[in-house]
This record gives sequence, C-alpha cells and structure tokens, in this order.
Amino acid sequence: MTDLATAFSLGAQGWGDELLAGMATTAQLAATAYACGLVLGLAGAAAKLSGAWLLRALADLYTTVVRGVPEILILFLLFYGGASLVRGLLQDLGHTGPVEVSAFLAGAIALGVVSGAYSTELFRGAILAIPRGQLEAGRAVGMGPWLRFRRILFPQMLRYALPGLGNLWLVMLKDTALVSVIGLNDLLRVGYIAMGSTRQPFTFFLAVALMFLVMTIVSMIVLHRLERWAGQGVRRA
Amino acid sequence: MLDLAFYQKIAPTLLDGAAVTIGLMAVSVPCGFVIALPVALARVSANRFLWAPAYAFIFFFRGTPLLVQLFLIYYGLGQFAVIRDSIAWPLLREAWWCAVLALSLNTGAYTAEILRGAIQAVPHGEIEAGRACGMSPALIYRRLILPKAARLALPAYVNEIIMLLKSSALVFTITVIDLMGAANLIRSRTFRIYEPLVAAGALYLAMTFAVTRVAAWVESALAPERRPPR
Repeated sequence: MTDLATAFSLGAQGWGDELLAGMATTAQLAATAYACGLVLGLAGAAAKLSGAWLLRALADLYTTVVRGVPEILILFLLFYGGASLVRGLLQDLGHTGPVEVSAFLAGAIALGVVSGAYSTELFRGAILAIPRGQLEAGRAVGMGPWLRFRRILFPQMLRYALPGLGNLWLVMLKDTALVSVIGLNDLLRVGYIAMGSTRQPFTFFLAVALMFLVMTIVSMIVLHRLERWAGQGVRRA
Repeated sequence: MLDLAFYQKIAPTLLDGAAVTIGLMAVSVPCGFVIALPVALARVSANRFLWAPAYAFIFFFRGTPLLVQLFLIYYGLGQFAVIRDSIAWPLLREAWWCAVLALSLNTGAYTAEILRGAIQAVPHGEIEAGRACGMSPALIYRRLILPKAARLALPAYVNEIIMLLKSSALVFTITVIDLMGAANLIRSRTFRIYEPLVAAGALYLAMTFAVTRVAAWVESALAPERRPPR
C-alpha cells in the first residue's frame, strides 16, 4: 500500500502531480478542439442548408470523408503533412534549420475537424426541427435576420442539439488520447512515461483510465444540468 | 503530380494491412456480440447482483479511451505473475490477440448498451400479450423480445461496427501492422506523407461504404413489410 502511495504522491518521488498536469492538458486540448468543432459544425450546417449547390456539395464531401476515415489517420495527415508544408514554406522564405509543429495545435485542429463533421449533422437536424412557421412569424413582426437567429433559431436549436453535443463532448474527451501518439504530454502519455520508469504498466494505465472516468462523470453531471437549463419552460410529458 | 508508380509499389503492403484489419474485425465483431448479449440481459435484469456488474463493465469500457484499454491489456497484463504463468499467456503475449481482446471488450460494452436500449424499447403490450397466451419468460424472450430488439438495434449496431472499424486503426500503436500500421510504415520508410495516408484513407472509406451497403441489405431482409412493393 505504501508503494502505491509513493507512486502517486505529489512531488519529485511520485507521479501524482505529473498525472494531474497531463489531465489538465487533456482537458485543455478537448476544450480547444471542441470549440473548433462547433465553429466548423455551424459553418457546415449553414453550407448544407444553403441554396448554393457548390457549398452543399463541399459540405457533403467533408462530412462523408471525415466520418468514414479513422481519426488517427486525419491526425497524422495534418501533423506530418502540416509539418512538411510549413517546412517547405519556410524554406521558400529562406529559413533553414529544424521546424517543429506543435502537437497540441495539430491535435486541436485534427480533432476539431473530426468533431466538426459530426456536429454539422447535429446542427443541421436541430435547425430542421424548428417549425418554419416560427421563423415566418418572426419575419411577419418585422424581425431582421440576425434577431431571428438570436431569438428564435439559436435558443431552440441549442435545446434540440444539446443531447447530441453532449455525446460529442464525451467522445472528444476520449479521442484526445490519440494525440499522445504524436508526442503531446497528455494524460495517457504521462502514464506511458511512468510505465517506462516504474515498470508498473497495469497500475499506471488503470490510474489513467480512472482519471478519464472521473472527467467523464464530471462532464455528465454538467451536461445534465445544461440540458435542464436549456429545457426550462418546455412542457414535459 | 500523381505518382502512379509509387502507388503501385506501396499497394501490396497496404493490401496486406487491410487484410489484417479485416481479420481483426472478423474476429472482434462476433466476439463482441457474444460478450454483449449476456451483459445486456444482465443489465435489464431487476436483480442488483446481475445489473450492477454489467453496468460497471459498460461504464468502464465506454468511459475510457480505447487506446488506454489497448495499453492496459498489451503492456499491463504482464505485470502480474499469475497471468504470466497462466495458460493464456502465449496468446496474451502476442499483440494481435491483445488487440482482439481489447476491441472485443470495447465493442461488447457499446453493443450491450445498444441492445439494452432496444430490449427496453419493445412495446410492453407485446410482452403482456405473450404472457396472456401462457408463454414462459424464456419463450417470450426468444419469440418476442429478441427478434423485435434485433430489428430496433440494427441501425445503431451498424454505426457501432463502423466506429469499431475506424477505432481498429489504433492497434498499430501496439505493433500490429494493420492498414493504418502499413501506411505509417511506408510513411516512415519513404518519407512520403500524403500518398500512403491518402491511399489508406481511401481504403478505409471503401470498407465503411461496404459495411453500410451490407447493412442496408440485411435491414431490408429483416423487415420484409417495409420493402417497396415490386
């Protein structure tokens, strides 16, 4: 038991503080990537519902390809491909020497692109679920497009999309583990390093798993509250 | 720009990798289902000693990343002398079997949750009708609940298979050379990034497309009343 206590203690002896720092990195990455995904999702939904066929086709291509290909492949493509692109650009500008792309940035963009494809479909469905008559009514009383979006479309869309968005967040939280493969010091990679120096792989990966579970449980509590908040004033059966 | 000769050169390696991916799926999907059915039945049971372990199993495997589960099994199990001395060790020492075990347990948990939803969605009146005809609980399960639940669960189950196919790309991190592993190998050997990854992506897309086509066929076979009239 004392062995375990030292292994997870804070400070130079144990891995407790490193694991907590990794957890913070994981949470930051998830939040950044999720925000990217929401922006992409809103843009994607707008493109899919727009009248321009080119926009619709591009959005369809985006969601079909991204949802049919492993996340890790997209991450590698952006990380290694992005690095070589940046290197090429810098060399054209006369820069020589090593170029390193931040694993955090590549991870946030890659995971954002993935979750954006899923949230595109969510937002599209949520917008379509709002009765058209309400938007027409808004126009009839003289609301402008922005006011209609802010007062009618957005609040209701949020309520319809919230359960799906919550699931997407939980998926995102777990997907961040992939970024450890390209060297980000997230929760999983800290566990991996700890395994190397302590030779207790099961202990540390179980600890990592339990820390992911804690993040999942906290998220579920918050999401439940959010759903209740977004659904206030709605009649329940 | 398009270097066809290079694609031709890497094709055999990628196809070997794709075969490994398909092999992993062919073993993990049935194993996952075999795990999921009893877990789902335990999960809907009223007995606390049945549903609590099922709930914990589902919660653990759905709440943690598959990558962590892979590492836990591949690196972690060797920590215990009991497992190193057991008869299962020759299998558990091999990355391929660890990958199968992790994928099966993972998809088993997700599938159990899908089945639970489907079982609970079977209309109550149908079960009452079965009872009124004097069917035993086992017969009600076999004739009424499970066939209905299978149809209800199918779309979600197909999604789960596609998710598993994409997740299986992670096994290259524990040294299994699947399709993603093959692409990564080519990338690190030739220093070409786009060709192997794009080709692997196209193959993954083709596989997910094939799964959706087969699923559409099964769905229409299971629901003759919904087919358009000929």
